[in-house]
Amino acid sequence: MFYAGIFSFLALLLIASAWYAIRQKDLLYGVIATGVVSLILSVMFLLLQAPDVALTEAAIGIALTTIAFVITIRNTERYENDKVESGFQNKTKEE
Amino acid sequence: MKRFLVIFLMLALGFYLIQALHFVPFGANRMGAPADKKTVAAFYLNETVPQTAVANVVTAIVVNYRGFDTLGEVTVLFLATTGLASILYKRRDEEETERVSKPSSTILQTGAKVLFPLVVILGVYVFVHGHLTPGGGFQGGAIIATGFLLMLIAYQKYHLSHSMLTWVESLAGILFVSIGLWGLITGGTFLENSWFPKGTLNSLISGGAIPIIYIAVGFKVAAELTGVLDILLSTKDDKSASNIQQ
Repeated sequence: MFYAGIFSFLALLLIASAWYAIRQKDLLYGVIATGVVSLILSVMFLLLQAPDVALTEAAIGIALTTIAFVITIRNTERYENDKVESGFQNKTKEE
Repeated sequence: MKRFLVIFLMLALGFYLIQALHFVPFGANRMGAPADKKTVAAFYLNETVPQTAVANVVTAIVVNYRGFDTLGEVTVLFLATTGLASILYKRRDEEETERVSKPSSTILQTGAKVLFPLVVILGVYVFVHGHLTPGGGFQGGAIIATGFLLMLIAYQKYHLSHSMLTWVESLAGILFVSIGLWGLITGGTFLENSWFPKGTLNSLISGGAIPIIYIAVGFKVAAELTGVLDILLSTKDDKSASNIQQ
């Protein structure tokens, strides 16, 4: 019962942070939220007795993917723009 | 219109998934209990340790029984790295010396210097002990790549020689494939590892060729991911440099 409680709490937290990552207009916050999703997922894998998968998720999901997205955001734009859809149009608009 | 198409596709997918899975009771163990000798799970759990002398059954499956899939995964990673490099690498040598981004803080620099060896040692531990404890080549390689990432972020001048990374990656890949081919020549199947002394269970030297393959995979993954991050970070410097010039 205790185990199931912890697990459902983690699952709700996972869905909440995934939702936040989708809805957030500031992409940096969104990327951090995706990192949180990976962190919770890694803990859940550990609880499900899959330590190998948990390690992979921890190393790649939390660290490498998040950092790669942060670097990409530094190269491009931080805020999501509703009006302009594709990146190409966005660039022409800037110029 | 597009939205309706997406909804229709999702409904079709859901329909076929339900049709394939509706007769399985929710939460049922489809792989079968280990007590039932006929299932795949029972085979792996009962036969892995006597056959390969590997304590971590997951490693034995990933590297030996399903070793060909692992080779495919490593190849996919290699192709992804090559594609990324072919898109981004060209910009790097245009402005080699110009560094415009601000240097990082002393805290980050000192912390990186302290943490870097520890992170690399942890990564090496994870992939060397892949057949004994959870973890293995992919995980260890990714951990080592995070260590290099720390150094790349902390020190602007820190650069890795790409030819060295390519050599490490290629040699590790060649080692993996040649062990597999040697198994094909001597044992009859790809990655057959009965030609190698098994060693004793639960000791560092056990499992035949499995630790060697995982060490090769670890080096390969570490070199690939580090190369990706180095290329990404180098592009940042050049981009910001060109922005300022405009």
